[in-house]
Amino acid sequence: MKMGFGPYVLAAWLFFIGLYGIVTSRNLFHLILCISILQSSSYVLLLGIGYRTGAVAPVFSDIPVNTPAVDPIVQALVLTDIVIEVTVLALLLTLAVQIHKRHGTLDPDKLSAIRG
Amino acid sequence: MPPLPPLPVVVPLLMAAVLVALGLFFERRVIEIPAIVTALGVTAICLILVVRSSHGLIVYWFGGWAPIDHIALGISFVIDPIGAGMATLCSLLVVAAFIFSLKYFDAVGSLFHVLMLVFLGAMCGFSLTGDAFNLFVFFELMSAAAFALCGYKTEARAPVQGALNFAVTNTVGAFMVLTGIALLYGRTGALNLAQIGQALGSQMDRTVIVAFTLVTAGFLIKAAAVPFHFWLADAHAVAPTPVCVLFSGVMVELGLYAVARIYWVVFSSAFSSHASALRSVFMGLGILTCLVGGTMCYVQTHVKRMLAFSTVSHVGVMILGFGLLTPLALGGMAMEVVGHGMVKSALFFCSGIVLHRLGDVDEMRLRGLGSRLTGTGVVFALGGLALAGLPPFGTFVGDLLIEQSARGMGLAWLRWIIIVAAVLSGAAIVRFVARAFWGWGYYEKEAVKGAKIETGQETEKSHFRSPMVMVGPAAILIALGIAAGVSRQFLAAIEASVNVFQNRQAYIAAVLSGAHINSFQLPAAQPRVFGYAFVGLFAVALAFVLVVLTLFRSQLFESGVPGGSVVRHGVECLQRCHSGHVGDYVTWLVIGVTIFGGALLILMG
Repeated sequence: MKMGFGPYVLAAWLFFIGLYGIVTSRNLFHLILCISILQSSSYVLLLGIGYRTGAVAPVFSDIPVNTPAVDPIVQALVLTDIVIEVTVLALLLTLAVQIHKRHGTLDPDKLSAIRG
Repeated sequence: MPPLPPLPVVVPLLMAAVLVALGLFFERRVIEIPAIVTALGVTAICLILVVRSSHGLIVYWFGGWAPIDHIALGISFVIDPIGAGMATLCSLLVVAAFIFSLKYFDAVGSLFHVLMLVFLGAMCGFSLTGDAFNLFVFFELMSAAAFALCGYKTEARAPVQGALNFAVTNTVGAFMVLTGIALLYGRTGALNLAQIGQALGSQMDRTVIVAFTLVTAGFLIKAAAVPFHFWLADAHAVAPTPVCVLFSGVMVELGLYAVARIYWVVFSSAFSSHASALRSVFMGLGILTCLVGGTMCYVQTHVKRMLAFSTVSHVGVMILGFGLLTPLALGGMAMEVVGHGMVKSALFFCSGIVLHRLGDVDEMRLRGLGSRLTGTGVVFALGGLALAGLPPFGTFVGDLLIEQSARGMGLAWLRWIIIVAAVLSGAAIVRFVARAFWGWGYYEKEAVKGAKIETGQETEKSHFRSPMVMVGPAAILIALGIAAGVSRQFLAAIEASVNVFQNRQAYIAAVLSGAHINSFQLPAAQPRVFGYAFVGLFAVALAFVLVVLTLFRSQLFESGVPGGSVVRHGVECLQRCHSGHVGDYVTWLVIGVTIFGGALLILMG
């Protein structure tokens, strides 16, 4: 049995609010954190796909093999994604720090080294 | 003897780790030589894989996890000639970039070579894998290395902004790919591409269409289709020249490779009854990309940004090749990828030589200064003509195959779009050569209102000689571009490889059942190519006419060019969209994905 619409609604909300934040951001750190929120929506979506109501964690050392368990693959996917996201976020944050050093501002509206 | 398939990924990553350590203790030459040797080794391995995969698909299961009962349990590399060919192209261009940077950078840390090797390993993994999530992981690794390489010169203002625009846009794209893969997993319970394709079968509903939209749009963002292309021009304008070679030469084309692979293995059976709707959407996308890319290319004065927009217009031609969904058109796309990769890399190397010798890349400021660099000028002009579709080049053959396929489907007018895109991008480069190397045209103070790129110095001072290691790669790549177009065997091999690529049943059987099916057959008859040389020559002639009209327009049209103010106003509007502001880029991205998905849902749902 699946979990109902809760996780999907939450994933959609996180997606839209993250996207809105990226588009209208006035501070690069805020923008990068909104990217993190955007990616959280995909984690919630994945975990929602894998969840089964009334099922146990997928560890079978002490329970019979046929017990319903949640899907471990999506959990592995989410963990891998978190690692990837941390790497990319670290890179983005370093770039934001460098932008602040070179441009003196973190406001995307005021970055003017490239245009047209 | 270790198994060959994982080596193109494992060897560069291991060497990158070794070079990080060596870089702490030794000087630059000690890092550069092992890096070049590694890249050469990877090229050799990938060539062997191309030859072996032409005898049958190579399937390698990591950890020995072979499928049980036709259910894939592990992660596989599935190597066919096109995938191995893309990996070969990547490693070849990395070798060329390393050789070029031997003398190009006056001072570069060891981290440049480390990042390039990580980039190479990720690109090879991306081309060879048969698992959707593995594809995503290599996609992200490739992107992370690319962001770091793009913003390599952190002490200047423009590179860090360009790298940020690149990073934010592509991260949103990768997120879309992940969401699409999650939806496919939810529908089919599988991550292996062959398994997803088999489980999906012919069922098609809105979830499948949404999954297709997300995955394809995510990869099209990497491929710089319009309106996802804004990051490409910024990234190319600020990245070091050897890095630009890789971006335009292979990284962008890998996005299209992923779109094609996922379409044919996973979705081609489900969408087979709606092929015409899919064709319309992709053709609209391709036409838009060609025209916007070509127009923006022609109004640039910063030569690297000009080359970036010409990449966008050629990506449009490649999207047309994919979108026609026929073997002939896909062969044209493959030929275009190879030909364009060679020629564009040579052009970037030439622009690097110009920057190295003359210290600038702006067309107006360089007017007449290039007259000492005759060899570079010749290669530059040849490259420009190749992009316009000059006959012996691979780009001419690719354009021609796509046009022939379009004519075969009753869409002969598509030829004019391809010619316009080729003419605009070729003419821009010929105009640059004419102005910078031969001093034609008059000095225009501000050719384009409002465009501004801060050009930093990639090399520390102007030099007096262009070393052979810089001119060599450019000349060799142009020669390879000609060879790719001239060689009948290469065209036959491309056609046979494309048939293998599109053969979904053989792919699924080989991966899930271990069946050894060899569908690589060299065709008996080939499309007549050189009988149509006049088409290419016509495009080149148009390019020359356009160049002369532009450079001498004040003499030719005393009272102003007819319709000039309308064109100028339109082009300025287009340019204002390229604002350098990351929020604008993401907005266009969202609008583009919505229209793309909406069109697919309406036409196919």
